[in-house]
Amino acid sequence: MSSDNQFPQWEVFIQSKTGLPFKHAGSVHAADSEMALQNARDLYTRRMEGTSLWVVPTDSIVASNPDDSGSFFDPSNDKIYRQPTHYVMPEGAKNI
Amino acid sequence: MDDDKRLEAFQAKIDREEKIEPRDWMPEDYRKHLIRQISQHAHSEVVGMQPEGNYITRAPSLRAKVVLLAKIQDEAGHGLYLYSAAETLGITRDELLEQLHGGKAKYSSIFNYPTLNWADIGAVGWLVDGAAIVNQVSLQRTSYGPYSRGMVRICKEESFHQRQGYEIMADMAKGTPEQKAMAQDALNRLWWPSLMMFGPHDADSPRSGNALKWKIKRETNDELRQKFIDKTVQQAEVIGLTIPDPDLKWNEETGHYDSGEINWEEFYNVVKGNGPCNNQRLTHHKRAHDEGAWVREAANAYAKKQLEKSKVA
Ligand SMILES: [Fe+2]
Ligand SMILES: [Fe+2]
Repeated sequence: MSSDNQFPQWEVFIQSKTGLPFKHAGSVHAADSEMALQNARDLYTRRMEGTSLWVVPTDSIVASNPDDSGSFFDPSNDKIYRQPTHYVMPEGAKNI
Repeated sequence: MDDDKRLEAFQAKIDREEKIEPRDWMPEDYRKHLIRQISQHAHSEVVGMQPEGNYITRAPSLRAKVVLLAKIQDEAGHGLYLYSAAETLGITRDELLEQLHGGKAKYSSIFNYPTLNWADIGAVGWLVDGAAIVNQVSLQRTSYGPYSRGMVRICKEESFHQRQGYEIMADMAKGTPEQKAMAQDALNRLWWPSLMMFGPHDADSPRSGNALKWKIKRETNDELRQKFIDKTVQQAEVIGLTIPDPDLKWNEETGHYDSGEINWEEFYNVVKGNGPCNNQRLTHHKRAHDEGAWVREAANAYAKKQLEKSKVA
């Protein structure tokens, strides 16, 4: 973490409207969580981009390895029973 | 996978218009090129606040003052978005600043020209932000994910920058003869440096081959410059100002304006550090950074104290 004199780094997530998921926006530097929130507000929400913010220390993020993404995100096409179309519904059944 | 295979997969991904993300494998030269380009872009946003900052206390009206303040605050934000993107490539903020202060990293030469009066603030918004927008719109499609997302964010904010500048120019152009002369003079001085913002001609820009192949850049310097000229000529006509280029002429065949040759000697001279304000801009940036040291120290000390308190409790 680059914290010599630029403070630790935090990742910023914005919820643009209540009910919607939080989305990654970028990062800020801040000495503590309160400053991180304030900096994130000043930097990423100057034009009503959000109603709620998360800041997370960059070091705390655990990411998957893109090299493994093939097997890691294997779509499991063989597990067709995960799809609703796999099931046979009795003739005439409605709203299911 | 060996590096040849990786390189092949990397290029194939780019050719499919998929973005490269920070943890993906990338050739070292791709990473280097991005760090150089993004940091230069970031430093330009930040240093670019100086010529305009000069006028916050001298804006001719309260409206002009709040507009200029908001614009300059946006530029600080642009710098930070871009530092944030550069940091995803493994370089730290400290290193980025060190490279700027040590002269290893550059910023756009346009900011080494002075702003002499209020008309220059209009010309900067209209021409300098206008040129930057042409470049940044194109970079929204750059292949590196964080850079591309930063550009999308920046482009949303830029359009008011150019409009506020053009409004100043339009107002002055329809003001007194003296005001109109000031506006024309600002255009005369800033037109050519604005064209230089796009960099050397394609034939003379050695690095653009890889940058285009890797889709870091989506259009060449000359293509972007032409777009800017084509857009701006009409805007000058509308407000009754004259572009200071006697060779400027509409070319029916190409559907573009032909224009005169840029003074490249001047360009390289300013890049080398001999522009009217190079020294002033860098000195000011270093001084501002040094004078802020106590704030950073205090914030760090406070954060440490809070952390210790929370451990005790
Ligand atoms: Fe900007
Ligand atoms: Fe701008």
